[in-house]
Amino acid sequence: MRTLEQTTQEVLDLASKHFHVPPGSLAPEDDFFKKLGIDSLQTLEMLSRLENHFGIELPDYEVQGVSDFRTLASRIQSRL
Amino acid sequence: MKSFTGKTLRWAWRNSVMELTLDREPANEIGLAMLAELEQFVSAIEGLAPETSACIIHSERKHGFSAGADLRELYHGSAQLSGKERVSGVRAFLERIHAVFNAIDAAPFTTIAAVHGVCFGGGFELALTCDIIVADKMARFAFPELRLGLIPGFGGIPRLKRDLGNAFIRELLLTGRSVNAARAQGVGLVAQLAAEGEALRIARATAEQIVKFDGVTRAAAKKFIKPIPHEELRREIDLFCELFERPAVMAALGKFVESTDAMPYLP
Repeated sequence: MRTLEQTTQEVLDLASKHFHVPPGSLAPEDDFFKKLGIDSLQTLEMLSRLENHFGIELPDYEVQGVSDFRTLASRIQSRL
Repeated sequence: MKSFTGKTLRWAWRNSVMELTLDREPANEIGLAMLAELEQFVSAIEGLAPETSACIIHSERKHGFSAGADLRELYHGSAQLSGKERVSGVRAFLERIHAVFNAIDAAPFTTIAAVHGVCFGGGFELALTCDIIVADKMARFAFPELRLGLIPGFGGIPRLKRDLGNAFIRELLLTGRSVNAARAQGVGLVAQLAAEGEALRIARATAEQIVKFDGVTRAAAKKFIKPIPHEELRREIDLFCELFERPAVMAALGKFVESTDAMPYLP
């Protein structure tokens, strides 16, 4: 079972890899919309990548309004 | 017409397989221009039906198969009209799109939707007219219409009800959430899962298999197993128009058009 810290790190690594941001440049408290510069269609892409990576389902309304990596990771953690 | 290139889509027929490519910026929103070209496509496949074994529908757009109806066009085209004119205009559009979707649904050859990325609302309803859905693992499906005070209007619910269990439909419709390709395969919506970027290749391989069957048997088998839910489709148009008449719908459409939310399809 992953810890919240491990989950958060995996979310950061995944975001960095797929949205072309240098590794290590993202922090848990960062606003991912601002840091990654993603729009609504790319938000769906991120949701799919997270679901596929963690093998979970994350209903859109659970992450609606979430903008930082740490909170996003905690939503994922509650479904692992 | 064996090949065509329009403003929103193109098609090419080769070796008894038709390929329809949706290609309208930004994400294949279905408005009047795409509807008119889909009508041309239906005329073409009716003429080519005797020599066609399979048809693949896919998208050239990076973000996905289709984000659904062109809500901006719907809003801007309706905003200046009276309530009665609005409903009359939307009913005329729905009658035309239903005629197109029913024709694809009932085509006497095997149809395959190769789906990637966003497959929402009207785009999802187009995919549902196909006999087989091949989905890239990054595909997402949703019916976000309740957020606008509407139900899906291009035949999605009657077709999904024909194909799947009611519980899954209720979850999609009544929460507006999107589901990924793996879940969609789990409930039987998606026939085959493809790796990222591979849905079209797998759809083509499937079409190569389909071509081997006798055409008369293939058409008879399809007609036997895939009835068109005409009565429910008519009721859907009536209910959609009834809901569309309410002022709340125009307010919700206006909010959507202006939205910069990350998830504008949720309330």
